[in-house]
Amino acid sequence: MSSTVTPEPAVPTSSPAPPVRPSRLPAWLTNPWGRPRWLRLTTWVYIAWSLVPVLAAVVFSFNDGRSRSVWQGFSTRWWWGDPNLSVFHDPIYTNALVHSLELAALDMLIATPLGFLLAIGLSRWRGRGSGSANFLMLVPLTTPELAMAVSLLLVFTQLSVLPFTAIALGTTAQVIGQVTFSVSYVVVIVRSRLAAIGPEYEEAARDLGANARQSLQHVLLPLLLPAALASTLIVFALSIDDFVVTQYMSAGGETVTIPMLLYANARGAATTPALNAVATIMVLVTLIGVGGAYLVLRWFGHRSGEAGGDSAGQMGMDLTGME
Amino acid sequence: MRGEGAIWRNFSVPGVVWLFLFVVVPAYAVLAVAMGQIDALLQPVPQWNPIHWNVGFVKEAFTSVVPGGTYWPATRNTITYVAVTVVLCFAIGYPVAYYVARHAGRSKGLLLLLIFLPFWVSYLMRMLAWIGLLAPDGYINVMLGWFGIGHTEWLSGNPYSVIAALTYGYIPYFILPVYAGLDRLDQRLLEASRDLGANPIRSFLRVTLPLSWPSILAGSVLIVLPMFGDYYTNDLISGSPHTNMLGNSVNLLVQGGSQKNLGAALVLVLMTILAVGMLYYLWETKRQQEKLAA
Repeated sequence: MSSTVTPEPAVPTSSPAPPVRPSRLPAWLTNPWGRPRWLRLTTWVYIAWSLVPVLAAVVFSFNDGRSRSVWQGFSTRWWWGDPNLSVFHDPIYTNALVHSLELAALDMLIATPLGFLLAIGLSRWRGRGSGSANFLMLVPLTTPELAMAVSLLLVFTQLSVLPFTAIALGTTAQVIGQVTFSVSYVVVIVRSRLAAIGPEYEEAARDLGANARQSLQHVLLPLLLPAALASTLIVFALSIDDFVVTQYMSAGGETVTIPMLLYANARGAATTPALNAVATIMVLVTLIGVGGAYLVLRWFGHRSGEAGGDSAGQMGMDLTGME
Repeated sequence: MRGEGAIWRNFSVPGVVWLFLFVVVPAYAVLAVAMGQIDALLQPVPQWNPIHWNVGFVKEAFTSVVPGGTYWPATRNTITYVAVTVVLCFAIGYPVAYYVARHAGRSKGLLLLLIFLPFWVSYLMRMLAWIGLLAPDGYINVMLGWFGIGHTEWLSGNPYSVIAALTYGYIPYFILPVYAGLDRLDQRLLEASRDLGANPIRSFLRVTLPLSWPSILAGSVLIVLPMFGDYYTNDLISGSPHTNMLGNSVNLLVQGGSQKNLGAALVLVLMTILAVGMLYYLWETKRQQEKLAA
C-alpha cells in the first residue's frame, strides 16, 4: 500500500468521454468516482455513534453527584476530591490500577522477546514441524477467549504434573494467560515487518561476506527494532484491556484488575462515578501506549526510508494485528 | 546452507514450547475433564487416559444444545443475536468502509484514526458507557421521551439492547478487514466496467461487491468467533437469564457452579460449531481464490 491518498479521478465525469447511458439518477449515484453525500453522512454518524458514548462516560467521571447517568454539575471529587471514595484515594481503585500495570509490565517483558524470536524463526524455518508451529501460533487468535480461559483454568486446577502444579491462580497464572495470547500478536506484527523489509538487505549482507549470525545481528535486528518496540506497546495495551483470561486466572483480592472492576461494578447501584474515572485512566493509558507505538513506527519509518516506512492505514492494520 | 535451518528452528523453540504448554496441554485438559468423572463433592475428576474416557457429559452437552435441551434457549439466542449482529455490522460497516476506502480523499487519515480509535478503548469501558446512557434515568430514555416514547427498561433482559451492544462492541473488527479489502480493490476494474457500459449500481453489484466478498467473510469470522465466547456483554447489558448466550452457559458452569465437566463438554460443543464454520470459511476463500485465478 502506498502512502499516497487514492488519486482523484483519472477520468472526471466532465471529460470528453460521453456518459454511456444518460440517466435520471442523481449525480452522487451516477458517478462512482464522485463523493456520495449520504455515504459521508453515514460515516460521520457512525463515528459519532462509536465515540460519543465513550466521551459521555468520561464526562460523567466529573459528575458532582453520585449518579453515572444524570448530570449534576462539574466536580473533580471522584478523581481526587473525595478523601475516601475517589480514584486516587480508594484502595479498591488504586490496587486495581497498580495490579493492571504490574501485569502489563510482566506481559511485555515475557511476550515480546518470546514472540520476536518466534516470528523470526517461523518466517525462515522450513523443516518438519514448521507447519504445526505456524498453526499453533494462530490458535490463540482464532479461539474465543473464553475457550482459552476455561482450558487454562482447568489445566491449572486439575493437572497435577509439573510445571502446572507450581502455578497457582493469581498473578503468575494471569501473566501466563496474557502472555499466551499476546505472543501471537507480537508474531503477527514482527512478521509483517519482516515481509515489508524483504530478503534483499540480508542477501546483500551475505554477499558481502557476513555469516548468518552477523547478518542477523547487524542487519536484520536493527531493521526489526521499531517492530519490536511497537509490539511491546501493543502487548501493553492488550494486557491493560484484557478481561476474560485475566478474570479466569485471578484469585480475587489483590489480583483484581481495572477491567475486572468494571465488570463487577458497572451495574452496581452503589457504584460512583469513580468507576468512570478509573475506566478513563485505563483508556488514556492504552491510547498513550498505542500512540507511542504509532510514533515509534513512523519515526523509524521516516529515518530508514522504505524499509520501515508505511502509510497510516497499514500502521493501523499492524497495530490491530489483523493483517 | 550449512545447516542453517537448525538456527531458525532454535529461534522458534521457546515460543513453541510455551504454546505447547499453555495451548495444547490446556486443550487436552478440557477433553480430559469433559470425558472424566465427577466425585461425591461434585468436583470434576479428569480422565487423562483416552482408553477410559466417559462420553456421558459430552453426549449430555450435545443433546442439551438442540431444540428441547436445557441449553437450547442459549443456543437459539446465540444464533439469533450473532446473525442479526453480523447483518447490522454489514449494513452499517460496509458503507463506512466503502466511503473511507474510496471517497475519503484528503480526510482519509483522520477518518482512519477515528475508525481505529474504538479498538483501543477497552470493550468493557465501551459497555460501561452504554450502561450510563441506557439507565432508567439515562439520556436515551430522556431523548426518547421528547418523541413521546415512554420509559423503557433497556438494561434488564432486553434482547434489543444486547444486540445493539454486540453490534456496537464488535463492528470495528468487521470494518477493518472490509476496509482493507476495498482499499486494495483495483480501480481499473471499475473503470473497465464503466467503459463497458455498466451503470454505477450495476458495477457496484457486479464488480465491487463480489470482489469484496472475501473481506466481508473475513470480517464476519472475526466478529463471530469472539461472540460465541462472549458472556460479559450479556451480563453487563442484560443481567437476565432470558438473554443468555452459550458463553454465559459455559461461564456459569465453569466459573460459577459445580458442573465443570458439563462446562468443559459445552466448550467442546462450542469449538465443534466454530470448527464447522471455520471449515466453511476456508473452503469458501479457497473457492474465491480459484475463481479469481480462473
